[in-house]
Amino acid sequence: MSREAVLTGEHFMTGDEAAAEGGLAAGCRFFGGYPITPATEVAERMAERLPEVGGIYIQMEDEMASMNALLGASWGGVKAMTSTSGPGFSLMMENFGLGIMTETPCVVVNVQRGGPSTGLPTLVGQQDMMQAKWGSHGDYGVIALAPNSPQEAFDFTIHAFNFSEQYRLPVFVMMDESVGHMTEKVVIPPADQIKLVSRPITKDKPGKYLPFKPDKNLIPPMIEFGEGYRIHVTGLTHDERGYPDVSPEAHRPLVRRLVEKIEKNADKIYMFDEHTLDDAEVVLISYGITSRIAQQVANECRAEGKKIGHLRLITCWPFPFAKVRELADRVKGFVVPEINMGQMSLEVERAAGRGVPTICVPNGGGEVHDPEEIHQAVREVTR
Amino acid sequence: MKLWRTPLDADKVRVPHGVVYIIIERCKGCSFCVEYCPRDVLRISKRFNKKGYHYPEVVAESLCVDCNLCEDICPEFAIYSNPTEESQTAKTKEAV
Amino acid sequence: MSTTVVNEKERVREALHHPKDTMLRDERLPHIWCPTCGIGTAVACFVEALRESGIPEEKVVVISGIGCTGRVAGYLRLDSYHTTHGRALPFATGLCLAKPELKVVVFSGDGDIVAIGGNHLINSARRNMNITVICVNNFIYGMTGGQLAPTTPPTAKTTTSPYGNTETPFNVPHLVASCGATYVARWTVLHIRRLKKAMTEALKKKGFSFIEVIAPCSTLYARKNRLGTGFDLMKFYHDNSEIRHGADTCDVQIGFQDKIIVGKFVDIEKPTFLERYKEIKVGGGK
Repeated sequence: MSREAVLTGEHFMTGDEAAAEGGLAAGCRFFGGYPITPATEVAERMAERLPEVGGIYIQMEDEMASMNALLGASWGGVKAMTSTSGPGFSLMMENFGLGIMTETPCVVVNVQRGGPSTGLPTLVGQQDMMQAKWGSHGDYGVIALAPNSPQEAFDFTIHAFNFSEQYRLPVFVMMDESVGHMTEKVVIPPADQIKLVSRPITKDKPGKYLPFKPDKNLIPPMIEFGEGYRIHVTGLTHDERGYPDVSPEAHRPLVRRLVEKIEKNADKIYMFDEHTLDDAEVVLISYGITSRIAQQVANECRAEGKKIGHLRLITCWPFPFAKVRELADRVKGFVVPEINMGQMSLEVERAAGRGVPTICVPNGGGEVHDPEEIHQAVREVTR
Repeated sequence: MKLWRTPLDADKVRVPHGVVYIIIERCKGCSFCVEYCPRDVLRISKRFNKKGYHYPEVVAESLCVDCNLCEDICPEFAIYSNPTEESQTAKTKEAV
Repeated sequence: MSTTVVNEKERVREALHHPKDTMLRDERLPHIWCPTCGIGTAVACFVEALRESGIPEEKVVVISGIGCTGRVAGYLRLDSYHTTHGRALPFATGLCLAKPELKVVVFSGDGDIVAIGGNHLINSARRNMNITVICVNNFIYGMTGGQLAPTTPPTAKTTTSPYGNTETPFNVPHLVASCGATYVARWTVLHIRRLKKAMTEALKKKGFSFIEVIAPCSTLYARKNRLGTGFDLMKFYHDNSEIRHGADTCDVQIGFQDKIIVGKFVDIEKPTFLERYKEIKVGGGK
């Protein structure tokens, strides 16, 4: 029996399954994927569900093919997504860059695992956070969201699609294996209550339309292939017509725009959770599964009378530099637990500046933090 | 073409004629058109274009039969033929 | 198309536009390919083939990869996409599935399609995606300066096989046919009428159609191996080709400056990936 695209109701499902359902609810009708633990379940769920909703699942021959298939489907006017983990994420990087350069909307879900290399296929890591920003060669802006529950996996995949359509770029959902394989309640709202954004389509006629001429928000209106516009899209540096133009005069404004497209619109993109920040003396900054442990630590510290705040990053990129800067002016220090050897903590450190210590609580991967490690770091700051 | 006698349908068969046009600045002097014209209508000119390439020139225009081989073989899209006016008129007459 | 006869010098009628210009981005001509390179002629054949096929131009999308042939997408006045190296076929896969009414053509070179894109080539053929592939084979990596390709014949000299190629090249039609393509043909670029006809057939063919176009690389392959000009090499390929329609693709391997078997090797009917996918009956399994 065929089910609807939006399975309104209460469910008990894993983060991976919820991400797939989030994609479907967002309108995704193409999934080009490759199996990789712990993201395989996203692909499996999509393989099962897409024929029910008139979409297509295709298992590509590798992750590079997957990424390109997404770009192709997107230029055919269809919302597309894929899922992968560390090793596949690395493979996708070149063509993620192509998606950035050709400003193609699509979503990549990275269910992070312990690395480097083959690492810990079945165990948690948060070690690709910097790679999400710097993974592809060249300069560009990115958007990456980090859910900490299956419910958020559902919700944030929809946000990711909306961002990708609005800002015309591939967007990352940086899950981690704990959230991906965790089974929890997921409430899916009715379809008419889900706010969806679609890519801006040009109003210009063929002949007048310039595929890469940005609007006032630095985003060019898009068109899909096969509508009579006869446009050329290339990964080479290009002018507003989309034709290759490798002069510095064409290249520098283009690169600047790709960076500023996100930077200058960042205020409309930032999403974070704030807990008891107003009088905080020490602020925990965390994301993903680690945020649950961090919140527990914050609660315990508050119960002891310590003035702890918790800033949970939902959008890890663009990084809320100004927010952290503003907090740095009034706190004693930051504690950044993450399941890596210190990645987002570098950004926090950069934003906080010299005067305010940033203590990273690293974790090589495989397990979530022991709350005591974070308590220890908090004590170090307040000493 | 040398014929040993006049063909019986000589009055009915119409040999088309063409006029050759050259887009001088696109030519890169590869000489495909010159070598493969079945009627040897072209030769490489002593003149050259802005990039220094010698482009073809027409040696025997009356021999061109508008076969379009030069048009289809040129890698630079720099040469083509059109039917002459009388050829075009004759063709139209036939069609009617 | 309008022609402007600018001036009529002795023996030359100069024009500014070509009959094929409606399908070319003529503002970007002259193109970057070398004098006597075969790619331009392959594109000329393609333009004619597309016209003859009757497929509406608005519904055609040309995708190419990186390399000399990869620049084709930029010169055709059709919806076109210039992907990263080797990834034209997966992009084409996503596109033809998202919008099946499009005619998706991959026009790329031997290094792009068979080397880095090799995995995508065999898998797209295996799936019988509804894509037409035109692979211009000049036996070398041209754009980067003349390196060895997996199609370079044995003993040939390239910049990365300066003492002669010690590898055996792919027999590309055999490779593609063995993976299940529905149409496989090979012509040299000088076989312009037959090549155009093959392209027309391939464009109208349902499923994965593949044409290998043997073209001369004048600046690099011809020079490094002292084979004359690009014109001499093109003539050699044509004069040493033997037409054998329906040949067993096992027998069409190309040696160095050797006979080239050309013709239409495979022309079969098979359901495409999408046709079979659409037959899925939901709710039958699990």
